[in-house]
Amino acid sequence: MSAIIKAEHLSFAYQGDEDTAPVQALKDVSFEIEEGSFVAVLGHNGCGKSTLAKLLCMILSPDEGKLYINGRDMTAEDTTEDDIYDARRRVGMVFQNPDNQLVATIVEEDVAFGCENLGIPSEKIRKRVDEALETVGMTKYARHATHRLSGGQKQRIAIAGVLAMRRKCIIFDESTAMLDPGGRKEVMDTICRLNREEGITVIHITHYMNEATMADRVLVMNEGAVIMDGTPGEVFSRADELWEAGLDVPQTTELLWKMRERGYDVRLDIFEPEECAREIAKAISEKR
Amino acid sequence: MGKIELKNITYIYGKGAPYEIKALDDVSLTFEEGKIIGLIGHTGSGKSTLVQLLNGLIKPDTGKVLLDGKDIWQEPKKIRDVRFKVGLVMQYPEYQLFDETVWKDMSFGPKNMGMSDEEIKKAVFEAASFAGVKEKHFQKSPFDLSGGQKRRVALAGVIAMRPSVLVLDEPAAGLDPGARRKILTRIKDYQRKSGTTVIIVSHSMEDMAMYCDSVVVMNHGKVTMTGTPAEVFSRADELIAQGLDVPAITKVARALKEEGVDIGLDIYTVNFAAHRLLGGDGNEG
Amino acid sequence: MKADIAFGQYCEGSSFLHRLDPRWKIVFALVYIVALFLAKNIFAFALIALSIVGLWALSGIRAGILVKGLRPLLFIIAFTAIINVFWFKGETPLLPESWFFQIYLEGIINAALIVLRVMVLVTGTSIMLTYTTTPIALTDGIEQLLAPLAKIKIPVHEFSMMMTIALRFIPTLIEETDKIMSAQKARGSDFSSGSLVQRAKALVPVLVPLFISAFRRAEDLATAMECRCYTGGQGRTRMNVLHSTWRDLVMFFIICAFVAGIVLLNIFAPGYVFTM
Repeated sequence: MSAIIKAEHLSFAYQGDEDTAPVQALKDVSFEIEEGSFVAVLGHNGCGKSTLAKLLCMILSPDEGKLYINGRDMTAEDTTEDDIYDARRRVGMVFQNPDNQLVATIVEEDVAFGCENLGIPSEKIRKRVDEALETVGMTKYARHATHRLSGGQKQRIAIAGVLAMRRKCIIFDESTAMLDPGGRKEVMDTICRLNREEGITVIHITHYMNEATMADRVLVMNEGAVIMDGTPGEVFSRADELWEAGLDVPQTTELLWKMRERGYDVRLDIFEPEECAREIAKAISEKR
Repeated sequence: MGKIELKNITYIYGKGAPYEIKALDDVSLTFEEGKIIGLIGHTGSGKSTLVQLLNGLIKPDTGKVLLDGKDIWQEPKKIRDVRFKVGLVMQYPEYQLFDETVWKDMSFGPKNMGMSDEEIKKAVFEAASFAGVKEKHFQKSPFDLSGGQKRRVALAGVIAMRPSVLVLDEPAAGLDPGARRKILTRIKDYQRKSGTTVIIVSHSMEDMAMYCDSVVVMNHGKVTMTGTPAEVFSRADELIAQGLDVPAITKVARALKEEGVDIGLDIYTVNFAAHRLLGGDGNEG
Repeated sequence: MKADIAFGQYCEGSSFLHRLDPRWKIVFALVYIVALFLAKNIFAFALIALSIVGLWALSGIRAGILVKGLRPLLFIIAFTAIINVFWFKGETPLLPESWFFQIYLEGIINAALIVLRVMVLVTGTSIMLTYTTTPIALTDGIEQLLAPLAKIKIPVHEFSMMMTIALRFIPTLIEETDKIMSAQKARGSDFSSGSLVQRAKALVPVLVPLFISAFRRAEDLATAMECRCYTGGQGRTRMNVLHSTWRDLVMFFIICAFVAGIVLLNIFAPGYVFTM
C-alpha cells in the first residue's frame, strides 16, 4: 500500500482586501491517504475543509508546505501545467451543488465530457461511459435530460463522469450536503460500493456524523487544523472534544457517553442501534 | 390569532395533460395555534405544495385554506394581505437577498406592507434580535456575510413582517450541527416569545423530535399521521414503510426492549432516553 | 413544475428526418430556403406547398404541433398580407374607381403567395432542424460545419461550448427565477399591478439574486470543468461522432429534385408570375 496523497505542513490564507487581514484557512496540516482507503474529513462550516479540498485538486496552491499526488511533488518550483493536468487525471472531484458541475444536457454526454477532454477515441469513450453508468446504476437514464434528475441522481452522474476517466481517487466535497435523506443514501451507498468493490480511494468531506461512521478513518478539522485522526470508533469516543469543536456525535455514542458518566462500564465506539442496545443491556445487568 | 385550517384540499400539477400529478389529494388538516408543528414527508410527498398553498402562492383546485376561520381566496385581490400574515421562509433563503445593506433587505417586507418608518424600525430591530443578526452588520452588504449570517438576515426579513403564522421550509438545510442547533433554538425562542404559529418542514427526524410540539406526516399527497413526536415516533414501523427514517435513538429503544430493557417505544431524544434509563433529567453529569 | 416547459421545440422520435446527420440537415435547410425564394410562378408555389406535406410525412410529427408553431407568427403573417393587398398596383382592379383606395386581384394573389412562403419557410426549417434535431446535435453540427474557420482564428469550439452550457443552464435558471419570485412574493413583492415603472422596479429583487446566483454557478462550473481536465478545444475528442448514412444520400437526392423541380417549373410552366 502506498500513499496516493501526501500532505506535509500545508498552510493557506485567503488574502483579504487592503483593510481586512488575511484569513488563515489552513494551519500546518499533514496527513497521508493510503491507496484504497475511505477517509472522512469532518468539521463545521468554515473549519477549512473546503479549502483543503481546493488544495487537493489544485484549484488553490498552498502558501507553505508540500503536496504529493502519487509520489509527485505538486508544489515543487518546476511543476508545470502538464504535471497538474496529469495529477487531475488521477484525482477526481465531486462537488457540493449537483447542478453546478454537470456540463451537458444529456446524461451520457455529460459522463463522456471528461474522457473527451482527455482525447480518448470515440469507441473507447462509449465503452467507458456505459461501464461507468452501470457502476452507479444509472444505465437506464443514459439518454435522459440532466436537469430533470433528482439531486441524488445528479451526483451519481457526476460520480460516473469521474469513473469514466478511470480515476483511482475521488474527493467528495460535501457532495451530500444539499441532498434529501433519500438522495444522501443513494450517494453514500454508491461511495461505499466504489470503495469496497472497485478499490477506489475515497476522501469524503462532510458534516454528517453518520456518514463519517462508514469510513475507515476520520480526520476532524477545526480552525484550519487537523485536531483528530483515527478510526470512527476512536474519534467519536472523544465526544467532549467533538462537542467543543461545534460537531455532534451519533446518538448512540451520546447515550453511551451519558451512561458512562453515570458510572456504567460501556464502550463508546458503537454506531448500530442493535449493538448499542446489547451493550446497554449488558452494562445494566453487570451493574446489578 | 394564527390558526390555519385546510379543508378537503386537492392540488393537481399539469391538469388535463397526460402527465398530470395529484400533489395533494383531499387533505384536511388543522395547524394548532401557537405551537411549533413539524411537517415530514419524503421528496414528492406533497409537503412543498402544501407550504405554497398556506400563503396563497398557489391556489387549490378544490377545497379551502382557512386563516383564522376566513377563506384566504375569498377576495383574490387581497391575497397579498394573506402573505403578510403567513410568512414564508423558503429553502436556502440566503439566495434571495438583494438589497445594498442588511438593514434595507430586512425592511423590504415591512415596507411592502406599508408600515410607517417608525414601525419598520421597531419591527426590524425586534426581528433582527430574534434571528440573531448583530447590529454591527446592519450597514454591511448582505453579500459580505457568511452563509449562516445570511440565512439569519433572510429569516429576520420575514419575521419583521410580524406574521401570525411563520412557515419555514428546511430552515437548517446545509448547516453543520452547531449552526443547525443555533438556528432552530432561535426559532423556538421566537415562537415562545411571540406566540406565533410556526410550521417547520424538514427531512431531519432528529430535529423534528427535538423542536416540535406536534408532527404531521405526509405521503403520496395525503396526511398519514399526526400527533406529538412521542406518538408519531413510537409508530416507527409505519414511518419506515413510508420511506422515512426514525431517529437512531428510537431504534435503540426498540432494540433495548428486545434485550429485555423496556424504556418504552415513545423515545425520540437522547436526553429522554437517558432520563428513562438513568433517572434525573438525563443531562446531569 | 412551471419550469417544465417544452424546452426548445424538439419532439422525441426516430423518423427518417430524426436520423439524418445534423451537419447535412443544416446544409439541406439552407438549400431549401434558397429554393423557396427561387419560386416564381403558381406551379412552383404549388410544389412548395407540397414539399411541406412531404417533410411532415418524413418527420412523424403531429400536425397539431406544426400549427401551434405558426401561432406566434400570426401577427406578422396578417400584417404582411394586408400591406401587400393594399400597396400592390396590378392590372385588375376589384373596387369601384370612385373609392379612395383600390385593391387588385394581383395584390391578393401576391399576398397569398407571400403568406404561403413565410409559413412554409418557418414550418419547413422547423421540421428539418428544431423539431427533429436536439439542440445539442444542432450545436455539434454547426461546430463541425464551421470547423474550418478555426484555422483563421475564429473560436468555433468556444462558441459551441458556450451554446452547450447555455442550453444546459436555461432550465436551471428558469426554475431559479421561479423560486426567487415566489420568495419575494412572500415578502410582498407585486409583479402584476402598478405602472410600468413600478413593475420594472419590482423586478430588481428578482434580478439581483438571479445574477449573483448565475455568477456563482459560473464560477463553480469553471472549477468543475477544470477538475475534469477541460483545457479548451485542442486535443478534444467526441463520444458521438457524426456519421453520414444512406439516409443523408436519399435526402440529398430529394432536395436536389426539389430545387430542380422549382427551377424547371419557373422556366416552363405558364401562368401568373409572382413579382416582388
